[in-house]
Amino acid sequence: MQTSLEDFFRALRAADVRISPAEAIDAHRTVALVGFEDRVLFKDALCATLAKTADEVDRFDRIFETFFTRDSFQAAPPPGEGERMEDLPPEAEQSELARMLMDGDASALAQAMEEAADRAQVSQIRLSTQRSRLTRKLLEEMGLSEIERIIAAARKSEDARTQAAGQRLEQARKALTEEAGRYVERQHELYAAESGRNLREDLLARKALNAEGGIDPVDQAMMQALVKRMAKRLADRYSRRRHVAWTGHLDVRRTLRKSMGYGGMPFDIVFKTKKIDKPSIVAICDVSKSVAAAAQFLLTFLYSLNEVVDRMEAFAFSGRMISVNAVLDEHRIETAILEVLKQIGFQQTDYGKSLEDFCEQHLDQIDRHTTVIILGDARSNYADPRLDLLATIQKRARAVIWLNPEPESYWGQGDSVMHRYERFCHVAKQCNTLAQLERIIEDVLRTYIPH
Amino acid sequence: MTSVDALIEGLAGVGYIASRRIATALYMAVNLQKPILVEGSAGVGKTELALSTATLLGLPLIRMQCYEGLDESKALYEWKYGKQLLYTQILKDRMGAALGDAPDMDAAMDRLHGMGDLFFSEPFLEPRPLMKALREDDGCVLLIDEIDKSDEAFEAFLLEVLSAYQVSIPELGVMKAKTPPIVFLTSNNVRDLGDALKRRCLHLHIPLPDAALEKKIVASRVPGIEEKLTQELVSFVQSLRTMDLRKSPSISETVDWARALILLNADSLDAEVVRDSLNVLLKFEQDIVAVEPQIAELIRRPLA
Repeated sequence: MQTSLEDFFRALRAADVRISPAEAIDAHRTVALVGFEDRVLFKDALCATLAKTADEVDRFDRIFETFFTRDSFQAAPPPGEGERMEDLPPEAEQSELARMLMDGDASALAQAMEEAADRAQVSQIRLSTQRSRLTRKLLEEMGLSEIERIIAAARKSEDARTQAAGQRLEQARKALTEEAGRYVERQHELYAAESGRNLREDLLARKALNAEGGIDPVDQAMMQALVKRMAKRLADRYSRRRHVAWTGHLDVRRTLRKSMGYGGMPFDIVFKTKKIDKPSIVAICDVSKSVAAAAQFLLTFLYSLNEVVDRMEAFAFSGRMISVNAVLDEHRIETAILEVLKQIGFQQTDYGKSLEDFCEQHLDQIDRHTTVIILGDARSNYADPRLDLLATIQKRARAVIWLNPEPESYWGQGDSVMHRYERFCHVAKQCNTLAQLERIIEDVLRTYIPH
Repeated sequence: MTSVDALIEGLAGVGYIASRRIATALYMAVNLQKPILVEGSAGVGKTELALSTATLLGLPLIRMQCYEGLDESKALYEWKYGKQLLYTQILKDRMGAALGDAPDMDAAMDRLHGMGDLFFSEPFLEPRPLMKALREDDGCVLLIDEIDKSDEAFEAFLLEVLSAYQVSIPELGVMKAKTPPIVFLTSNNVRDLGDALKRRCLHLHIPLPDAALEKKIVASRVPGIEEKLTQELVSFVQSLRTMDLRKSPSISETVDWARALILLNADSLDAEVVRDSLNVLLKFEQDIVAVEPQIAELIRRPLA
C-alpha cells in the first residue's frame, strides 16, 4: 500500500496539490487510523490531511476518483461454450495469462496488469507520445508474446476445437490490448497531463511579446490567465506585510522592560511604529504596433495588483497621449486595449509630443510617492525627444522606470533615443517576456516594503 | 469519539447536524492530535462546530478572536506591570535593611544575588487565551476565530503552539500542555494563509449545505417548525443561492428566517410574508431589490 499511496501523492502533486513529506507522513498515519474498508471514510480522511484549500479539495476529489477507481475489467468475455483451456495447443499449459484470459477472470487480470504496470514503470509517464510505447511494454510484461505464440500454434492446428479456442484467445487478447491502452491513458491523465500544461506556461512566460506575426489567440488567453496569476502571487506576498499598521502607539511592554535598568523609571520610551507605504503607479504606455502586446500585459498586470497598489493611473500614446483609466473601467481589460487603439492607434509615434501632452495635463499626478513606469521602444521617428520634460518628471517622481521591449543591443540604433532617455531613468530594463515583467514589478513592490 | 458515525450522532445530540466530511475531519483531529482549520463563507457554522464539540466532550471552550494588530501580549501572556513595579518599590525599601550591614560592595552584591529573583515569575504572569488553553490540565477546546484577520507575524507565532502544544516565554522557559487542547482555527479567506500554518493543520471546507441537510439543520435548530414550511423555505433559500447575489444566504440566515417566520405565525410561504421578512435573509439592499420582483415565481417553483 505504501507504493500505492506514494503514487497517489505523485498524482496529486502533478495536479498542483502541494504535499510535503510531513503531510505524506500524516497521510500514512491517517490510513493507519481509518483503514481502507470504508471508501468514503478513507477518502474524507485523506482529503482532510492533504488538501488545504477549497480549490485543492476539488482537485483532490477528481484525482481520487481517477486514481482509485478501476472500471470493471473488460478484457474478458464470459467463458464460451466448448472453448476450453485443454483445447489449446500444449504451449498454453504453462501460461498463467492464457488461463486467466480463457477463464475470463477479470479480477486476476486486473491484478496482473497492476503488477506488470509496476514493473514496466507506467506511472513514470511524462509525455503523451510515450503512450503507445508504454502500452506495448505493459503488455509484454504481462506475457503477451506467450499468448501470441499460442495463438499462432492454434491457427496451424488441424483440430477445429483448438482453432475455436485459439480464436477465443485472440478475441480476449484484443480486449486486453484495449484495456491496457485505457490503463496507460489513465496514468497519463494522472501524472502527465498537468506537466504538459506547466511546460507550456513556462514557455509562454518566456515568449517574446513583440514577435513577428503577433501572439496566437489561444496563447493570448492563456497568457492573460498567467499574468493574472503572477499578479495574484505578488499581491499575496506583498499585501500581507502592509496590513500591519499601528503608528505611534506606546509599546508599554517593551518600555517597561527597558525601564527596569533605571529602577522602574521609563527613560527609554519605545513606540510601536511601522511605517507602511503602498506604491502609487503612473503607467505610460506606447501602444504603437510593436509595443501594443507588451502594453496590454503590463496594464493587465498592474490592474490585477489593485490590492497592493495605492493608486494607479494609466496613459497611452502613440502620436498623442490620452488617459485610459476611464476606458479600463468601462471595458474588460482584454478588449480595452482595442478600444484604446481605436482612439489613438495608427498614428506616427512621437515621444516628444506625448511627453508634452502629459506634462501639460497630467503632471500634477506625479508626486514624490509616485513611481512612473514608461513602456516603449523609444523610437521617436527622428522627432525631438524632449529630454527636458522627462527630466522634469524624474525630478518630481520617486522613481522612473523605463521598460523597453527591444534588447539592449538595439538601443540607440536607428531612430531609437533610448540611450538619451536612459540618463533620466532610475532603472531602464529590457522587458519583452512575462517573466521579465513579473521580476520588474516585484522590484517595484519590494522597494516599498519598510526596511 | 470511537467512530465517525458515533460522532455524527453525538453532534446531532447537541444540535449540530454534521455532514460526513465534517465528522471525519473532527474524528481525525482528535485522534491525530492535530489542529483543524475550518474554512467556508460566513454563517455556515464554523464557529458553531467548535462550540458543539466542546459541549459534546464536556470540555471548557476557550475562544480567541483574531483581529489586525493582535499580538502575543494579548494572545499568550502579559506581565502584570503594576504589581511588578510595586514589587520593585518594596524591594528598594527593604534593600537597605537587608544589605546595610554588609562590610563592602562585593559582599552586598553576593547577598543581592542570593535573594530570590521573583521579578519574572509565574505569580506576575497574566495568562491570555492561548496560555489558558495550554494550562487546562484536562484538555479543552481552543477556538482561534478568524485567523485570516490577524497579521502574518502572529501566524508565525502560532506555529509553535499548534505543532508542539507548547509556548516559550523568554524569561521562564518552555511551557508544555499536559493534555493537548482540541484546536479549531476558522478562516473566511480574507487573505491566503501561509503554507507553514496550513501544513500543521487538517483542512476542512464547509460548503453551503444541500437541501436535505439544510432541512435537517432547520428542523433541529428551530424546534416545532412544521414539515411543510421547512420544505418550502429550504427550497426557496436553495433557489436564491443559484442567483447572482452579493451575499448568498447561508445556514445561519436560513435558521434566522425560519424563526422569523414562526414569529410571524406563517404556516406556509406566500409572497407577502416573504416580502416582509426578506431582510432577514438578504443583507444587501441591491440583493433585496433584485429578488423582490421574482418572489412569486420563486415560491411557485417545485420543491427541491
